[in-house]
Amino acid sequence: MDSTQALPEQALIDQLVQHHAGQAGSLLPLLHDIQDKLGFIPASSVASIAEGLNLSRAEVHGVITYYHYFRSTAPGKHVIQVCRAEACQSCGGEALWDLAEKLLGCKAHENSANGMFSLEPVYCLGLCASSPAVQIGEKLHARVNETKFTRLVQALESAS
Amino acid sequence: MSITIFVPCDSAAIAAGADEVVDAIHKEAAARGLAIDVQRNSSRGLFWLEPLVEVLTAQGRVAYGPVAFEDVPSLFEADFLRGAQHPLCLGLTEAIPYLAKQQRLTFARMGVTRPLSLDDYAAHGGWVGLKNALAMQGDAVVQTLLDSGLRGRGGAAFPAGIKWRTVRATTAAQKYVVCNADEGDSGTFSDRMTMEGDPYMLIEGMAIAGLAVGATQGYIYIRSEYPHAISSMNTAVALAESAGYLGSNVLGSGQAFHLHVRKAAGSYVCGEETAMLESIEGKRGLVRAKPPLPALQGLFGQPTVINNVITLASVPIIMAKGAAFYKDFGMGRSTGTLPFQITGNILQGGLVERAFGLTLRELLFEFGGGSRSGRPIKAVQVGGPLGAYVPESQWDVPMDYEAYAAMGAVVGHGGIVVHDDSANMSKLARYAMEFCAIESCGKCTPCRIGSTRGVETIDRIVTAANKEQQVHLLRDLCDTMLHGSLCAMGGMTPYPVLSALNHYPADFGLAPAVAPAT
Repeated sequence: MDSTQALPEQALIDQLVQHHAGQAGSLLPLLHDIQDKLGFIPASSVASIAEGLNLSRAEVHGVITYYHYFRSTAPGKHVIQVCRAEACQSCGGEALWDLAEKLLGCKAHENSANGMFSLEPVYCLGLCASSPAVQIGEKLHARVNETKFTRLVQALESAS
Repeated sequence: MSITIFVPCDSAAIAAGADEVVDAIHKEAAARGLAIDVQRNSSRGLFWLEPLVEVLTAQGRVAYGPVAFEDVPSLFEADFLRGAQHPLCLGLTEAIPYLAKQQRLTFARMGVTRPLSLDDYAAHGGWVGLKNALAMQGDAVVQTLLDSGLRGRGGAAFPAGIKWRTVRATTAAQKYVVCNADEGDSGTFSDRMTMEGDPYMLIEGMAIAGLAVGATQGYIYIRSEYPHAISSMNTAVALAESAGYLGSNVLGSGQAFHLHVRKAAGSYVCGEETAMLESIEGKRGLVRAKPPLPALQGLFGQPTVINNVITLASVPIIMAKGAAFYKDFGMGRSTGTLPFQITGNILQGGLVERAFGLTLRELLFEFGGGSRSGRPIKAVQVGGPLGAYVPESQWDVPMDYEAYAAMGAVVGHGGIVVHDDSANMSKLARYAMEFCAIESCGKCTPCRIGSTRGVETIDRIVTAANKEQQVHLLRDLCDTMLHGSLCAMGGMTPYPVLSALNHYPADFGLAPAVAPAT
């Protein structure tokens, strides 16, 4: 099953590379497209991206690893972003972060042992007047206290 | 006849449960057999009241908030569709003091219109500025901007007209307009609100910029943390293009302006203009040395106007009502209005657009209503993560660029983060250095190494016996970062660090005499 899955993945990457090749400054849009489709940017894709956009592999690797948003490993089923910036700190954001680490059983940029969750710090979601803020998958949550956070995580756990 | 109800689609309203409220309203109306028309408007920016539900009545819009989906049946029961009384009723929206006391120029449509409706935009003063600009020579447009005194709202406060004049005067086969929408400062959301809530205003401002300087291509660089803003801008650009406001023949003028939305990837330093250009070009976000100025050699090496979202969004009203109208607001060399954003530990957090010159105390208490926790406010960080902590002794200084610079602080992008007396200022100073270490692009040494050494030195000030020596070291390090860094990332991290040290020495375990205010 693994070998049949690997093939369409590479085909998809090649297709996306072709779509973006030849356009000015297309590396970031291409990487976004790959991550949107696959959830991450596989290390194996670096060579074909580099060849398709006429860049060195070092340049492609450099860009993937420079930007916090791009990930080289598969995320958990739910990516939980907890804001750690000042406006959230002023309303209990740090306690919320500690709770997230405890509840999910993982640290920043890690996946939980059961693969359910990825925990990511984020520096501002633009919800600073309704802090602390959390984003789970695509969904934003404002004024998240510890009770609300626990409830959100439990709801995801019981839904799976 | 159906009754019109407004529920905002701003992400701060959605994060507070606006979508669930809409579902509940539809469900309840259906159960009662009532005809309603729910419109998703932008947010008024009164975020402690979100989701703010408004009902259109003969007297005007009546507001209810904050509405949870559980409140919806009781609203119907109280006959809110006729603007009736209810514990959540706030009266006429326009009369809510927080809103009534503002001077909304740039944010005039905010909360009033549906963000993506071209009809709403045109009906509320949209495209007047662009049409006026098309009837003028490029030089006259640039002169109008110069006369308005508009300065960069992203933080650096550089006169926008001078940038435009420089790019206009340069000859090149291709010029660009780039909108910096990498609003990474904690405590700010005015760019996000603009892109989500009034995207055509930004498009109009960029089109005017393009026509004025002779640029046919524009980019909007939006941070990846703003998915709603990206989606709203993408749709708005497509709709504006099909309606002829963008494209190869802007409003039949024969002049072209094409607009592209670029998604950033979570790097704070890409809000620095040259790092942003590198990022749009598809590279790591490394800061460029200046000169050359981006106005002469910017995106892809070509002359480029780079302005922040609010700067460009302020252009349409200036072109619509004239430089003199805009310049009439503000004080000294800080002309016009600024959308201040009151955030953090504050009871009534939100957006307050006012002319420069009001005080922090007015914002904190007359608008903000004091801290959310009910405890005394201890420190207020103005101007984002690179802005100084402002102690109570300075809360009566009028907010304008020069007055704030004179006391070693910055107005920046107008973000205001409030901390109550439970805040530990040595921890916040340490965080400022830590954030700089995480986000430094690594190109220059003072920022790359200095930030890590700064974290260590602050730790030693708090824990070690030889505090005086460590304070001396920290000041020396800050001096190096301030004067030796390539950009504001390393160059301004000393602002929060030193202001915390100078104004709150007790939090570092220091006696006041050890840390004289400078």
